[in-house]
Amino acid sequence: MHERDEKPKPVSSRRKFLFQMVRSLGMAGITGTAWGAYVEENKADPLILRPPGAPPEEDFLKQCIKCGKCVEACPYDTLRLAAPGDQKPLGTPYFVPRETPCRMCTDIPCVPVCPTGALDLDRVSKNRGNMEIPDIARARMGVAVLDESSCLAYWGIQCDACYRACPLMDKALTIDYLRNARTGEHALLIPKVHCEQCTGCGVCEHVCITQKASVRIFPRDRVMGKADPRYIKGWDKRDERRLLNIPDRFTIRTERSRRKAQDYLNDEGILYE
Amino acid sequence: MSRFFFTHRFLILRRISQITLLVLLIGANRWGWKIITGNLTFSELFEKIPLTDPFALLQVFAAGASVKQTVAVGALIVALFYVFLGGRSFCSWICPVNLVTDAAGGIRRGLKMDFEDEDGFIRLSRNVRYWMIGISLILSMLLGVAAFEFISPVSMMHRGLIFGIGFGWMAVGMIFLFDLLAVRNGWCGHLCPLGGFYSLIGRNRLIQVRHTADLCSRCDRCIAVCPEKEILSEVGKQSGTISHGECVLCGRCVEVCEENALRFGIRKILKRRKT
Repeated sequence: MHERDEKPKPVSSRRKFLFQMVRSLGMAGITGTAWGAYVEENKADPLILRPPGAPPEEDFLKQCIKCGKCVEACPYDTLRLAAPGDQKPLGTPYFVPRETPCRMCTDIPCVPVCPTGALDLDRVSKNRGNMEIPDIARARMGVAVLDESSCLAYWGIQCDACYRACPLMDKALTIDYLRNARTGEHALLIPKVHCEQCTGCGVCEHVCITQKASVRIFPRDRVMGKADPRYIKGWDKRDERRLLNIPDRFTIRTERSRRKAQDYLNDEGILYE
Repeated sequence: MSRFFFTHRFLILRRISQITLLVLLIGANRWGWKIITGNLTFSELFEKIPLTDPFALLQVFAAGASVKQTVAVGALIVALFYVFLGGRSFCSWICPVNLVTDAAGGIRRGLKMDFEDEDGFIRLSRNVRYWMIGISLILSMLLGVAAFEFISPVSMMHRGLIFGIGFGWMAVGMIFLFDLLAVRNGWCGHLCPLGGFYSLIGRNRLIQVRHTADLCSRCDRCIAVCPEKEILSEVGKQSGTISHGECVLCGRCVEVCEENALRFGIRKILKRRKT
């Protein structure tokens, strides 16, 4: 057992340095993983509503520096900055329409104060001659979604609160007059949201008289679908012009289109997999 | 009493500076004052001069965003100020978390909780903050958001005081307890990457504390109050300026020094030419 008699070799400084480096990197890795996981969880609230002039959520989170200038500029105290406990991406501006909707100021004071361009006036402006004029009707903060089962108008009770409050009355929100089949002698005054026009300001949700609002604002990409460009409204001259921009060969591959139509209709009759 | 004011003159000025800024920013949000608007990550002085947190902007860039000119100019103004004049003075003259950590540090000193021979509950290297900078930037790049801004107690507290704090008090409380019970000057002196960032860019600042070794009686009072005591290792041994980037220019050492061996001074730029 003569190995025991040997004195332990002094640890070389290179070895020490390497060990310290590895240890530091390991600690950084642990910290970074926990921190990154927290940020990743924290930044994801798919149902948050942003001020006008904001890009898609992912780009907005990149650009927003959380300075609160838009919140300060909002004259109705609609906008607020997410504080810890709000379960929203920390420090970013958002609004809750049921409590305080966007009042759609014509000069849009919250947008030009943004220092980074996370809110951009170009996204809420229209061209007039050579001038870019702020046009809040172009804002797309969200879109109103109506629950027919709790909306009193669908029951046959007259209520047009949302319709009358809508800042874009008769454009974003219209009333359809239908026959009330239950009584056979009354009309149903049915509110109808037009997604193309709706800015998502949330005044309708704010004024809705039901205990929990029957019309509510959601981020547009959570609610709206998208027809692929091969579907064209042949009766609409403007829509038909889109044909000119579509390439000759145009295919969209989906899960079902991988097989020929005969195959999936004849094989055991399974339509959906 | 006047003696108290004299021996706490910088401390009082710092508190005035920190609280005035907070009051002005709160007033801007609540009552529409226009002196300075925004918060620590971005603000505007007199609605004209942009001021941006350069470290926050660095993370925004790392996240891969392009921004308008205003913020970039603001970051440049702030960065130039700290590079040439202020060094890390942000930490002791502006940052609201300093109020919390100073309180914790004061209680530690008052209760004599610092034992020289103590192993410490947690051991931290003062270099951890530089690793934090690296992790902030890498995470910003990977996640596509300014990563430190999601957890920064500095902006959490500051933004909270101006715009509503929610559960942000817990973050502030955590830092207080950490500094009080776990590590002396734990947050500001070891972990905070924002302070680390200003340490890095403020190494060649003009304003520095100057030490005259001949006057020093080696009472070590300066070392007792200094939040970054390693930077005072030459005190009593060698005259010169405290040029370490870690110095927060709080001036506590200048105040407690009864021999006038420590004073604020301007770095001699032409020193090299003289010799």
